[in-house]
Amino acid sequence: MMAEITYREALNQALAEEMDRDDSVFLMGEEVAEYDGAYKVSKGLLERFDDRRVVDTPISELGFAGLGVGAAMVGLRPVIEFMTFNFSLLALDQVINSAAKMLYMSGGQISVPIVFRGPTGAALQLSAQHSQAAHTWYVHAPGVKVVAPATPADAKGLLKAAIRDGDPVAVMEGELLYNLKGEVPDGDHVVPLGKAEVKREGSDVSLITHGAPVHLALQAAAKLEKEGVDVEVLDLRSIRPLDVDAILETVRKTNRAVYLEEGWPFVGVGTQIISVIQEEAFDHLDAPVLRVTQADIPMPYAKNLEQLAKPSADRVVEACNRVLYRS
Amino acid sequence: MATKVHMEALSPTMEEGQVVKWLKSEGDTVSSGEVIAEIETDKATMELVARGDGTLRKILLQEGGTASVGEVIGVIAEEDEDIGDLDREAPTPSGDGEDEGPRAEAREEPQEGDEEAAVGKKVPAGTAAEEKDTSVDGRVKASPLARRLAEEGGVALSEVQGSGPGGRIVKSDIEAALEKGPPAPRARPDAEYEDVKLSQMRKAIAKRLVESIGPVPHFFLTVDVDMSRAVDARARVNARLEAEGKKVSYNDIVLKATALALRKHPECNAHWGGDHIRRFHRVDLGVAVAIDDGLITPIVRDADLKGMAEISEEVRELAGRARDKKLKPDEYTGATFSVSNLGMFGIEEFTAVINPPEAGILAVGALEERAVVVDGEVVVKPRMKMTMSCDHRVIDGAQGSRFLQTLTAILEEPLVALA
Repeated sequence: MMAEITYREALNQALAEEMDRDDSVFLMGEEVAEYDGAYKVSKGLLERFDDRRVVDTPISELGFAGLGVGAAMVGLRPVIEFMTFNFSLLALDQVINSAAKMLYMSGGQISVPIVFRGPTGAALQLSAQHSQAAHTWYVHAPGVKVVAPATPADAKGLLKAAIRDGDPVAVMEGELLYNLKGEVPDGDHVVPLGKAEVKREGSDVSLITHGAPVHLALQAAAKLEKEGVDVEVLDLRSIRPLDVDAILETVRKTNRAVYLEEGWPFVGVGTQIISVIQEEAFDHLDAPVLRVTQADIPMPYAKNLEQLAKPSADRVVEACNRVLYRS
Repeated sequence: MATKVHMEALSPTMEEGQVVKWLKSEGDTVSSGEVIAEIETDKATMELVARGDGTLRKILLQEGGTASVGEVIGVIAEEDEDIGDLDREAPTPSGDGEDEGPRAEAREEPQEGDEEAAVGKKVPAGTAAEEKDTSVDGRVKASPLARRLAEEGGVALSEVQGSGPGGRIVKSDIEAALEKGPPAPRARPDAEYEDVKLSQMRKAIAKRLVESIGPVPHFFLTVDVDMSRAVDARARVNARLEAEGKKVSYNDIVLKATALALRKHPECNAHWGGDHIRRFHRVDLGVAVAIDDGLITPIVRDADLKGMAEISEEVRELAGRARDKKLKPDEYTGATFSVSNLGMFGIEEFTAVINPPEAGILAVGALEERAVVVDGEVVVKPRMKMTMSCDHRVIDGAQGSRFLQTLTAILEEPLVALA
């Protein structure tokens, strides 16, 4: 059975179900309790689980991220909500220097089963400091797992898997996806970390992406279908661990690939994917792999400039055409 | 303000043009109305004038290159003006076998007065670098996949024409090559032909004539040959050959003479290749042989290098096996020119149908005594009529006529062959 719910409700269900299942799971962050969360993801959780398990914090990202790491080290399973991942830059010392390295530096004695979650990527006209994709900062350090669900089903399934995982996991949500509706399997729906999913089957070109741009990729694929081009859309879902097999499989099938991401191009996620493709599937390539990314500039506030800076379906179509050697 | 130099329609029916000569070099000052290039159209060589003042900053189509009407072949701009993206507008090389040409990039059709649009056409940030060069450095460009498929399929990349940007060989090119199958094994390895690039006029002739009378536009040239000396020569030659148990026929004489004439007129010893004409350096004569349920044309290879007795024996042997249907495919495919003789049936003259891709066939009629006027008097002479069918895409009337003149001269005075 499937129920159609929003991405927001899917995350809420995941939190509630995991908190029900395991008493060591708790949610902490700015406005998560009394206010039901800045994006209402934690709606009703305070009432249901009390203030021992749903904890409001001051505006102090480094502080409460560190609290969370400490709690995880002594056996709890904290879920730290960043109002957005823009603010988590303040907390990166705890994420990268503490959470990511503790297991290694303790000689395998101390694991840190913590989840950092919240929205990332540009929404609409929030200007340069509040419109950036944080994936690259998090995936760079070994020791942090990073997932980016694009659909309600993946949001629920990946958050549940993240909470159950024994290592730090960043769940990067899409701010513009919270109202997106989609079917979510009933019951204990868990999506394993490190498993990509083909969101659309095709044979001519592989459009690989993660997070919110999955929907842009599907739009571009629909446009190209009218021109007789059959696009395969692969949603990585997890960036770390990376589903290398799924990437190689689609590239070996279509022989051409485009990486789409909402972040900046320089040493972005796509750079890593292209590196994997050329190392592992060189003899299957019929064209260079191209990328479509945010422009290599701070996000402009002006609406027209913001639109130009973000990846668009037209730019995705153009990139696909280029790797297909169509004009 | 930069001005693009377009390939203009310089004749009413022109669809593409070839740059014969740039009269200005990059860096030269040009003014509007000044002639900057000579362009070969389907009709003639025309002058292309500048449509703006400034400096000829960029030549995008080199001499000898071909572009469709409307394509940008150069850029005129101020000396210090940034022409950035304009110099990426190079036309895609046309498929007529040029290996080097302008830098190619898949692009949209240019629109008149569309400079702003062209400047604004940005490549997405961080995408792969533009193709800087084609295969001018001699390296065959192929995608990694194409290289692997070529190796697996035993296809030589050097023999594949790439359809990707800058002539890059891609998967579909290898698949097409594999579909065609391995190239027919050649009996002899050395260079056997040259491919001649089609001029604009030659393309126009080919196109128009095919529209007119079907896929192979034939025309016919007939000569009436005085065979007196050939008859005498044959009698003397056969007298000598008798001791060896050999004999030559009139047809053998015609074959040898035809082969020698083809040697002198390579333009008739050719195939039509669609986008080129292939002129052969060897003369492999197809000889039409009637068999029970049709006809076949076994081939006398290197007929120009063989003696008449040798040709005679070979034809007899091939014809015998043809009637028994024992010919191997390479014994009847790949002739460079053919000869059909119906003289033995008493046919005075006829026209033969060309066997494509060959460009010509000679139809030989009966040798018979006829009354002709020589020096004002009616005399009886052994005469023979021959009609050559020509593929007009390859052979023009004058070329075919010159070939027949040579052939007639040899038959009328066999010693000419030794001259």
